[in-house]
Amino acid sequence: MANARPRTTERLREITVNGRATRTAAQTLADLVVEQELGEGRVATAVNGDFVAERARAGAVLHDGDSVEILSVRQGG
Amino acid sequence: MNQTEPIPPFSRAPAPQPLTFYGETVASRLLLGTALYPSPHVMSEAVKASGAGVVTVSLRREQARGRTGQRFLDFIRALSVRLLPNTAGCRTAREAVTTAEMARELLDTDWIKLEVIANDDTLQPDVFGLAEAAEELVKRGFKVFPYMTEDLSLADRLIAAGCRVLMPWGSPIGTGRGLANPHALKTLRAYHPDVPIVIDAGIGAPSHAAQALEMGCDAVLLNTAVARAQDPVRMAAAFAAAIEAGRSAYEAGLIQPSDRAQPSTPVAGTPFFDLDPQGPGSKPL
Repeated sequence: MANARPRTTERLREITVNGRATRTAAQTLADLVVEQELGEGRVATAVNGDFVAERARAGAVLHDGDSVEILSVRQGG
Repeated sequence: MNQTEPIPPFSRAPAPQPLTFYGETVASRLLLGTALYPSPHVMSEAVKASGAGVVTVSLRREQARGRTGQRFLDFIRALSVRLLPNTAGCRTAREAVTTAEMARELLDTDWIKLEVIANDDTLQPDVFGLAEAAEELVKRGFKVFPYMTEDLSLADRLIAAGCRVLMPWGSPIGTGRGLANPHALKTLRAYHPDVPIVIDAGIGAPSHAAQALEMGCDAVLLNTAVARAQDPVRMAAAFAAAIEAGRSAYEAGLIQPSDRAQPSTPVAGTPFFDLDPQGPGSKPL
C-alpha cells in the first residue's frame, strides 16, 4: 500500500469535479486545475456553487465533499 | 372621399438612430447565436452573412486535459464580433450569478445575457429568479441583458434594478412560432420608449423578425431559425434583409390599418361618375 500513496503526505480528497466523483491529491483549487491539465486563463472555476476567481484559486483549499465546476466557453444561443 | 385630406407630416417618423447597448453602438440589429450549426465553418459564414456585430456564447464543463473551450474561443474571436455570454441552463438566481462571474473572467466582458429557466418543456424564464439575479448582477457591475417574458411589471422591475436592455421572448426558445403576443410587446415599447427591446427567442422566419422591427422593437436575437435552416448562410442573409426592411419601415412611419376601404386612385375626374348603374338611364353591355 505504501507504494500506492501519493508523494504528498496528504491523503487523497474525495470531491466532485464537473459532476464526476474524483479522488485528488490537489490541496487547493489551483492544484486541481494543474492536475486536470487545464492551464491558466482557459477555464473559470466555482466551488460549491460560488465563483472562485483565478487569482483566488491558490488560496481555495479543497475539502472532502466539495463540488467543483470547471467551465470553458462553448456555442450558445 | 375627401381629396383635400392633408398629407401626414414627415415629423411623425422617428429619426434614424444607431442602436446602443449600455452606451456602446452596435453595427447591426441582428444578434446571432452560435449553437446548433452543422459545422463551425457554416456558423462562421452565417455570422458573416448576417452582419451581426454581437454573437452569443455559453459556458460548459471542460474535460480534464480538454481544449474544446479554448479552440472555440480562438475560432469565435477570429470573427471580430462582440461576445455576449449567456447563463443558459441556470435554474436559480445563484447559479446564474455564479455563471455570470465565470463568464466575465473568461471573456473579459461585463455584458451578460441573463437566463434563469423555470421549466424544461417551455424553457420559460423564471421571472422571480430573473429579477433577483438581475438586481445582484447590477450591484456587481454587470450590464444585464435579461431574457424575459413580455410582462410589463417584470420589465418595470428589471429596469428599476438597473437593466437598460429588455429581451422579451417572441415565443418559446426554438419553437419558431414568431411573436405570440404582439400586443404586450407594443405595450412594452410604449411604456419604455428609451430602453432597447431585443426579441430573444421564438423567431422562425424573416417575416417574424420584420414584424418585430416594424412595431418598433430595436433588434432580434436569433439562433435556431438560422442554424437549423437547410442553408444557414442564405437564411442569415435573408434575416439581415428582413430586419433592415422592418427597421426602415418603422422609421418611415407605417400607415394605420383601417376597417374601411379607401381608393388609392383619385376619385375626382372618374369617368361615367354620373351614370348610376342601377338607375333608369343605365343600360346593359
